[in-house]
Amino acid sequence: MTTAAVASVDLPLVVGGRQFRSRLMVGTGKYRDNESMVRAIEASGAEIVTVAVRRVDLDRKKTDGVLYHLDPTHHFLLANTAGCYSAAEAVRYARLAREAGFNDFLKLEVIGDRETLLPDVAGLLEAAAVLIKDGFQVMAYTNDDLVTALRLEDMGCVAVMPLASPIGSGLGLVNPYGIRTIKRRLSVPVIVDAGVGTASDACVTMEQGVDGILMNTAIAEATDPAAMAAAMRHAVEAGRLAFLAGRMPRREVAAPSSPTTGLLG
Amino acid sequence: MLRVHVNGESREFNAPASLLDLLRFLDLDPRMVVVEHNREIVRRPELGNTAVSDGDKIELVHFVGGG
Repeated sequence: MTTAAVASVDLPLVVGGRQFRSRLMVGTGKYRDNESMVRAIEASGAEIVTVAVRRVDLDRKKTDGVLYHLDPTHHFLLANTAGCYSAAEAVRYARLAREAGFNDFLKLEVIGDRETLLPDVAGLLEAAAVLIKDGFQVMAYTNDDLVTALRLEDMGCVAVMPLASPIGSGLGLVNPYGIRTIKRRLSVPVIVDAGVGTASDACVTMEQGVDGILMNTAIAEATDPAAMAAAMRHAVEAGRLAFLAGRMPRREVAAPSSPTTGLLG
Repeated sequence: MLRVHVNGESREFNAPASLLDLLRFLDLDPRMVVVEHNREIVRRPELGNTAVSDGDKIELVHFVGGG
């Protein structure tokens, strides 16, 4: 029902020339088992699903590949460069990911600090330049800094993905002003990536006017991942609708909702 | 015998061998794996005619769960 309501007032999300109905994107990491991952992804309604590139485990090869559990014709697989700490590493992982043969979209991450997993902006810009020249559709995971976001857009990134708060932290949207500013100034989609902890965080994030949210841990580490995925689906749609609807102004004084005339004498 | 480094592990198998032979030897489906041979990506159609040499460094990667 909600989806229909959103569809009647909203346009599809377009990233790098491809259209998506869902503004919620989900990761596939950290699930306790593949069955809960599959059920949660289904409940989320997400089309874009992120995956990571790692060595095949030569001893238990058939169980850990995510493609043995996810249907790549049913989802849009978005490879990431998670775990890369330099531009050169990220470029290497990106090229391996593209060779898997699904698409040339990439969620580019270059991490700069092991404790906070905050992005290395210099490395990110360097890798983005190489990969865009190489034909990748780069969706860049970045911090909430406007100037970096503007540079990434100028270079040709198809989406800019500022964080709500650090990866896996569940702290929610810590800098709504920063995210709103990025959204206001950029033309490419702004998709908030990382930090959302629960449904209200997702709703508040979408109310800033951003184009979508990518999340993983908030769903995977919930006690019931499929229920949280459904909650996130509703929260993203609710936040999107509330943004499109246009909220009432904030007032410092009360304004009565019932008529002030016709009261008994 | 060939001794190569696969995903950081030393492995031995019979020569001569192509990358495709190596995947078969390791019981891996070539459609599910991307192969990097001495830091160069080898496309799937080329796996069968790319020879493995002693001391080669081979990385076999695939998609795993991630955010």
